[in-house]
Amino acid sequence: MSDPLLVVDQLAKSYRHPRRFAPDRPPVEALRGVSFTIAPGETLGLVGESGCGKSTLARTIVRLEEATAGRILFRGQSVRDARGARLRALRQEMQIVFQDPYSALDPRMTAGEAIAEGIVIHRLAPRRELADRVAALLQEVGLDPGAARWYPHQFSGGQRQRIGIARALAVRPSLLICDEPVSALDVSVQAQVVNLLADLQRDRRLACLFIAHDLAVVRQLARRIAVMYLGRLVEVGPAAEIVAAPRHPYTQALLSAAPVPDPDRQRQRIVLAGDPPSPAVVAPGCAFAPRCFHPRKDTRCAAERPVPRRLGTSEVACHHAEETGG
Amino acid sequence: MTPLLEVSNLAVAFPGPTGMVRPVDGVNLVLHAGELCALVGESGCGKSLTALAILRLVPPPGRIESGSRIQFAGTDLLALEPEAMRRVRGRQIGMVFQDPMTSLNPVLTIGHQLRETILVHDSAPRPAVRERAAALLEEVGLPDPAGQLDAYPHQLSGGQRQRVLIALALAGEPDLLLADEPTTALDVTVQAQILELLDRLRAARRMAILLVTHDFGVVAGRADQVGVMYAGRIVERAPTRALFRQPAHPYTRGLLAALPRLDGPAEPIVPIPGNVPVPAAWPSGCRFHPRCADALPRCHTDYPSRTPVADGHTVSCWLHAETAEP
Repeated sequence: MSDPLLVVDQLAKSYRHPRRFAPDRPPVEALRGVSFTIAPGETLGLVGESGCGKSTLARTIVRLEEATAGRILFRGQSVRDARGARLRALRQEMQIVFQDPYSALDPRMTAGEAIAEGIVIHRLAPRRELADRVAALLQEVGLDPGAARWYPHQFSGGQRQRIGIARALAVRPSLLICDEPVSALDVSVQAQVVNLLADLQRDRRLACLFIAHDLAVVRQLARRIAVMYLGRLVEVGPAAEIVAAPRHPYTQALLSAAPVPDPDRQRQRIVLAGDPPSPAVVAPGCAFAPRCFHPRKDTRCAAERPVPRRLGTSEVACHHAEETGG
Repeated sequence: MTPLLEVSNLAVAFPGPTGMVRPVDGVNLVLHAGELCALVGESGCGKSLTALAILRLVPPPGRIESGSRIQFAGTDLLALEPEAMRRVRGRQIGMVFQDPMTSLNPVLTIGHQLRETILVHDSAPRPAVRERAAALLEEVGLPDPAGQLDAYPHQLSGGQRQRVLIALALAGEPDLLLADEPTTALDVTVQAQILELLDRLRAARRMAILLVTHDFGVVAGRADQVGVMYAGRIVERAPTRALFRQPAHPYTRGLLAALPRLDGPAEPIVPIPGNVPVPAAWPSGCRFHPRCADALPRCHTDYPSRTPVADGHTVSCWLHAETAEP
C-alpha cells in the first residue's frame, strides 16, 4: 500500500470554560485520542451523532481549530507545526466543504468571485484566465457557466452546495473534507450531490474525509467507515463489513435505528436507553458503557477504557467485541 | 365507517408580489379513527401547511380558500366560530411540531406548562393537576416524571423535550395527533425512541396520527396509508405496502430510487433531475412534468385527475389515466 496521504494520530481537542464564568467546570473533551489514516484517492466515511466530535475533527485537521494534543501528518509533514507559507500550501491541498452552503458563501460575492477567490489567493492562474477556469469548474459541478454572475440567494440549496464544492476544487486540493455536505438537502437533490461527489472522486482521484450522521449516505461514497462516539472512534472497517456485520454495540444500535424504507424489511430495532452523555463528563471506562446492551457488559467496561483492536478486517474498541453476534 | 377526518379540496393562499400564491392547492385526505396516515414530501411541498390548516392555524396573511372542506368527527371545522375551534385544538386534535426547543416556553418549568395545558382543557383541583401532569410525563417515558416537573426546557435533552411536547399534546386526550416532522431534529438513536413512543401511544389510546415527514424510512414501518405530496398536491395515495411495492407516480418512484439504503448491498442511487419548484413558480399542467422522464405532451398543459390503480390506491398522472381509458 502507498504511503498514507493523511495520518491522524491520537488527536485530542478540549475546550476550557472561561475561568471567570465557570472556574470549576471541567473542560469539554471534544476529541479524546482519535487515530486514522487516509490513503491518496481514498474516501473515509465518518459517522456519529450530534456532539460526538465529527465537526471538531474536520476543523482541527485543517487548523480552523488548534488541537490540544496528538499529531496530524499530511504527506508526512506535520500540519500542527506548519506556519506561514507552508500552512498556506497545506490549506491549498486540504479543502473543506461545509454543511450549510448558504452561510458558507459570502452573500455579497457572486458565485464566480467566490470560486475564483482561492485561485487568486494561491496565485494558481493569471487573471485573464480566471473566467475560463470558473466556467470550467461550474460545468464540472453541473452548473451553467452563466451562473458565475449570480449571487448565492439566487440559487437553490443544492446549487449552492455545488458552488461550495466548485470553490473547494478551484485550488486543486488532494484532500477534500466534507462536513455533512448533503444533510441540509432534500432527498431528490441530495442524490444529485452525492453522485457528483462520487464522480469527482473518481475523475480527480481526490481523497476525501466524508462526514455525515447518515450511515446510508456515507456508504454511497466510502469504502471504509469510521464510527465515532463521544470523541473517540469505536469502530473502523470496510463499509460492507460495518453495514453487514458491525462489531461494536454502538455501531449495531446506530445501524438498527436507521429507518428502513421498506415495510417488509423492518429490522429488529435496538432502542438505546437515554441520550448520548455530555462530552464534559469523563468516565474512566468505555464511553458507551452507560447505554450499552451487550450481554457481556461487566465491571471492566466501566473501569477500563477499551483500546481499538484488530478483529478480522475492522478495528474495534470494545472489550467484548469477539462475543458480538455479527 | 365514517372517517374521523376528511379533507377535501383544501387550498391555502398567500398574497405574493404577482398575485395569490397557493402553497397548498387542492389536498384531499381521509383518515379513520386509530389510523396512522403519513404525508410525505420534500421541503416546500405544502405538507406542514396542510397540517396547520387542519387546525386553522395558517399564519396570516395566508388564508384557507373558499371551496375547501375539513370535516372532523362529523363537524365542519371551517364553519366553527373561533371559540369553538379553540376547543377542538388540543382536546380533539393535538399537535407536535418539529423543533421541541422553540415550541416550549424557555422561562417556565415543564410542570407549569403541563398544568396550564391541563387546566385549559379541564378545571381540576391543584394536587390532582400536578398528579395528572406527572402521569402524562410517565406515559411518555420521561425518567423521574415527578422530579422533572420542576425542570426548565433547557435542562432537558432534545429527545426529552420532544417527549414533553408529546405529553402536552396528549393532555387534552385528542382523537387525532398531528405530528409534523416530530423526529427530524433528533439523532437517529433518539429518533428510534420517539417513534417507538408514538407507536405505543397510538396503540394504547387508539389515537389516529397524521405524520408529516420527508423520510420514507420513518413511514415504512408504521403508517397504514401514505400520501405523497408534490408542489401543493397529493400526487399519489396508497396503503403503505402498495406504495412501496407498486409505486405508480414517477415522483414517488424517483424519490424511492434517490434514497440511499442500508438494507442490502450498496447500489447506485438515481437522483431526480432539477429542483423542487417554489409555489410562486409552479409549472403548468402536471407540476412534476419538467422533472419527469416520461412526460407526455398533455402533461405540459393539463393537470391529471385522480385515477384509481388498485384498491385504495390512487394516482394523479396522465400515464395512468391513459392506460385506464378504454
